Amino acid sequence: MSEEKKYAIEPLFGEPPSMELAGHIPHCNYLGLELLAAGPDTATALVPYRDEIVGDPARGVVFGGVITTLIDQTCGLATLCSLSEIATIATIDLRIDYLRAAEPGLDLLCRADCYKLTSHVAFLRAVAWDREIDEPFAHAVGTFMVGSRPSSDHPLKSLTEEILRGAGDPAPQEEPGD
Amino acid sequence: MAIRVPADVIPYARFIGVRIEEDEHGTRCVLPFREEIIGNVRLPAIHGGVVGAFIEMTALLTLINDHQSEGDRIPRPIGFTFDYLRSAGPKDAYGRAEIVKHGRRIANVRVVVWQDDPDKPVAAGIGNFLL
Repeated sequence: MSEEKKYAIEPLFGEPPSMELAGHIPHCNYLGLELLAAGPDTATALVPYRDEIVGDPARGVVFGGVITTLIDQTCGLATLCSLSEIATIATIDLRIDYLRAAEPGLDLLCRADCYKLTSHVAFLRAVAWDREIDEPFAHAVGTFMVGSRPSSDHPLKSLTEEILRGAGDPAPQEEPGD
Repeated sequence: MAIRVPADVIPYARFIGVRIEEDEHGTRCVLPFREEIIGNVRLPAIHGGVVGAFIEMTALLTLINDHQSEGDRIPRPIGFTFDYLRSAGPKDAYGRAEIVKHGRRIANVRVVVWQDDPDKPVAAGIGNFLL
């Protein structure tokens, strides 16, 4: 890397990353969402397959809205992973293409990347898949507002500060390959 | 139109507690507020993904209750676009769908979600379904 960019939540990065990244969100816990990876400008998450999230009982196919939630959450995390200072973020818009039905019985995975960050807006793209990332069942693009509200009490702020002070137990660090 | 297909035939609708009902303007869906759908505990606010899922569910339930939809298979979403207009607070949300076009193979559906005031929507969405 030619330029050194500082990432506010770098102490929480890893594979898997600190579970605190989503552990404070009730709906993520309700869905059983798991974080698989977080790194510079990117995040990967999983929602386990279960009968309760089916949208087409005749086929056992998961409801599209569950994929929406997984993609929205993973994009939000990738946005957080792109910031040099922790800020509150909010989805502005999200567009999802459902390329095929997710296969019944398989967990849903999503990787989101923040490919552009401006002072107020983050631009994201994401894919969701069940077997191979190269054969996604959904593709999405979205934009997120950055810093729309004061973030002095952001739950991740105190956590990262705690870890930086050495009081916490940071997730194992993955060095970027390039 | 009369409700032929209740929300609870769809497992995910039960999972987030969505129901479909009639009011003076026609069919609408309700997303009852509960702790499990919170995405931001500080505001607090309903998770954006759940708002998106509720938009899709409102579109789907309106579509399968439409008199033109006589098929026995559930329409499959092709693509959806969501606009988040305001944060959705800790109270019930309502959704209403308009079937913009009901073609032979494709239906185009537009949805608005609001909480207190239908003129102040919290989110909107538009999408296409394969029938």
